[in-house]
Amino acid sequence: MINLTINGKPVSLDVDPEMPILWVVREELQMTGTKFGCGIAACGACTVHLDGEPIRACSTPIEAAEGAEITTIEGLSDPDGALSKVQQAWIDAQVPQCGYCQSGQLMSAAALLRDNPNPSDDDIDAAMSGNICRCGTYTRIRAAIKAAARA
Amino acid sequence: MNKWSRRAFIGAGVAGGAALVVGVAIRPGNPVDSLAKDAAVEGEQLINAWVKIGEDNVVTAITPHTEMGQGALSTLAQMLADEMDADWDKVEVMSAPANGDYVSSEMARLFVAPDLDVGAWLEPTVDGVFKNLSYMMDLYLTGGSFSIRSTGQRGMRVAGAAAREMLVAAAADAWDVPAGEITTEKSRLYHKASGKSADYADFAVAAADQSLPAKPTLKTVDEFKLMGTSAQRLDIPSKVNGTAQYGIDATVPGQKMKYAAVLSSPVPGAVADSMDDAEARSMRGVETVLDMGSFIAVVADSYWHAQQAVNAVSVTYSQTPTDGLDQAGMFATFDKALNDAGANGGDTLFEQGNTGRALEKASTVIEAEYQVPFLAHACMEPMNCTVWIRDGKADFWLGTQAPLRCRTAAADILDIGLDDITIHMQQMGGGFGRRSATDMVEMAARVAKEVGGGPLKLIWSREEDIQKAAYRNATTSRFRGGLDEAGKPVAWDNVFLFHNDPADASFVSYYDTGSQHIRALSDVDLPLPFWAWRSVDHSQHGFFVESFVDEMAQAAGKDPVEFRLSMLGNSPRFATVLKKAAAMADWGSAQPAGHGRGVALVRSFNTIVAMVAEVDMTRGAPRVRKVFCCADPGYAMNPDGFTAQMEGGIIYGLTAALHGEISIRNGAVEQSNFHDYEMVRMDEAPDIVVEIINGNPEDIGGGGEPGTPPIAPAVANAIFNATGVRPRKLPLSGQSFSV
Repeated sequence: MINLTINGKPVSLDVDPEMPILWVVREELQMTGTKFGCGIAACGACTVHLDGEPIRACSTPIEAAEGAEITTIEGLSDPDGALSKVQQAWIDAQVPQCGYCQSGQLMSAAALLRDNPNPSDDDIDAAMSGNICRCGTYTRIRAAIKAAARA
Repeated sequence: MNKWSRRAFIGAGVAGGAALVVGVAIRPGNPVDSLAKDAAVEGEQLINAWVKIGEDNVVTAITPHTEMGQGALSTLAQMLADEMDADWDKVEVMSAPANGDYVSSEMARLFVAPDLDVGAWLEPTVDGVFKNLSYMMDLYLTGGSFSIRSTGQRGMRVAGAAAREMLVAAAADAWDVPAGEITTEKSRLYHKASGKSADYADFAVAAADQSLPAKPTLKTVDEFKLMGTSAQRLDIPSKVNGTAQYGIDATVPGQKMKYAAVLSSPVPGAVADSMDDAEARSMRGVETVLDMGSFIAVVADSYWHAQQAVNAVSVTYSQTPTDGLDQAGMFATFDKALNDAGANGGDTLFEQGNTGRALEKASTVIEAEYQVPFLAHACMEPMNCTVWIRDGKADFWLGTQAPLRCRTAAADILDIGLDDITIHMQQMGGGFGRRSATDMVEMAARVAKEVGGGPLKLIWSREEDIQKAAYRNATTSRFRGGLDEAGKPVAWDNVFLFHNDPADASFVSYYDTGSQHIRALSDVDLPLPFWAWRSVDHSQHGFFVESFVDEMAQAAGKDPVEFRLSMLGNSPRFATVLKKAAAMADWGSAQPAGHGRGVALVRSFNTIVAMVAEVDMTRGAPRVRKVFCCADPGYAMNPDGFTAQMEGGIIYGLTAALHGEISIRNGAVEQSNFHDYEMVRMDEAPDIVVEIINGNPEDIGGGGEPGTPPIAPAVANAIFNATGVRPRKLPLSGQSFSV
């Protein structure tokens, strides 16, 4: 059994310990907001927080989360459903197109803003360049991060 | 009020037969009956094939399109809601069920005969013809940047206006007042003199009994309330909190899902001669390993277990004629075909004047050859399909640009009638043309048929997506251009390989180049399968044509913007767009050393787009700092949504320009994932400024694709401006440019 906390709730999982966090979250826990993009930590679509740090869930085995706290996109809003500042900024700037990468983008952006409440363009480049958006929403992501920083 | 249950809809026939004879098309016999059972649920009244009103007064637009990120569904709802005077806060949108009756005949018509112009009296007949045509083509297709300009203009708007007129007529009957005295606002009907008012929902059933207005009155631009505004997209809230559902997220309540991972042959056409699957079969969670001929499939209790097991299978493949082919060999084949075609060979696509003579008489003749490689679509959501076959029926869950095509493909494989196949439409994590194919459906159907049991979800790895797909074709294009003594163009000769869609993608008739001759060679084998890729043939011809125009300007000793303007005397819309983009970029102003500016002008999908790119070459590799984009789509129904499509189209095209290359070695694709098939990321994304010209609301253009074609030539021309080196091949990264 692997014990961990996910979005504030303790869970015990009887799963293959080598299975990446991504597939445990999606298939075992039926939380599908975290996305599969590449399987090799090259696109960022699967980004979640492990003890607060953004990690690529497609390449991190669930055993690495034993005793740890995972936050996924489903846990980024308040438990009552109220959106976080960064999510609201995403709506205000009308960022998503297909939206498939945006869970990962938001998790990377939330971690950036927590560590650096007023990021520069270079900071944004450094924190966000691990996340691919095939629809090309980068201009709006940058604007939304800056707006969230001001909010 | 008479409440019709779902059962009553289907069983009674009264509801269907008597009332619901409304459709968008002007043709007779609109089959609303059969649509009602699929589109409406209990408590909802289907007003016509394209709109329903709930008891809660929510107006739902039913569109024959699917959402892949382009935002068209929201804008289609906006168009319908505006004509209907619906309350935008209570408007929803859905993709129509995958039912042949929902085929967009208007779209088929634009697709098949874009220039067809028929008199109003002929329309019903022509519509009928095109409905049949579209059945044959299995349309209900999202692509070609058609949604707004075709379905929106001629479907959703007409449906909204018709629904409003029918609601007004029903209220006029009930209130016994002239229809002309009834006004509508925010999904309510008002009769001022008597003080009566009602929700649309109150008259939904009665409205369906009204006869369909033959020609509902559409609003003029000055009457628009929602159209032309940047209303927020309806799908975005679900895309920021993880609740948006894509095909890959499909679940079947109460059923345990099986998962399949696949391995297709690396060289197209090869099949497995033998395979060693002993290790794979012994791996955790594996149910079975299947040799399906052109691919291997592993079925397991999780996708990850299935994929791990696929990776452990070793396969020996049959030989194919292209086993020894590599990228250089392919381009050599292209060169030979072009050499053999000579100065006049190939199929003439466009001819005006005597180009051969004009070239002989020209005082300067410029020649150039350009090349582009294959490109993969690389949608962020890998290809996938979930299927459940039982009791002689089959259900499919996937995001697709072509649901009817998927249904037909599934029917062929499963030998099940079309009516017993249900496609559950999911959002797409990117489409770009890729999701108008049916290969994922065919594979899932074949595997599920083989293993039986409960629902099965088949997912492609990213490696399969990049290596085993169908591609924007590689090609080579050659030009000869003639200038007279004054540097005025007198001849344009262009020959290239492969001719797909749109048919006129290589045409430059808006430029006055004197004579023109455009030819295509089609009898050359492509070593990888072709599939439409965002903007299709425009993606390469934009680069070819606008690079060569720049080379002609250079030979004429003229400024690239001035040179283009000198050829646009008969194309004032093009000239306006170009001038605007140049002004936005402060064209001609001083630039830092090592920086360059380039311009390009492309019309695609009836939208004219000019771009100026600013490139920093001081580090050797191109760094695109800014892109100024001016677009004339006739009229942007949702300006912010249109702007987002330009931004996205630019990034998609910039990835292709800088990095995009699918190359062949030993007949197989070399690249495999995002580490070697690179994408533009945040640190490479330029600032993008977009301006829209709304000058032609009667003739609007598309938005999804026209942003892509001009960026590659604008960047290539900027590199020339900065370095004096003319890029003639894509991608640009990895080429040597010294300042």
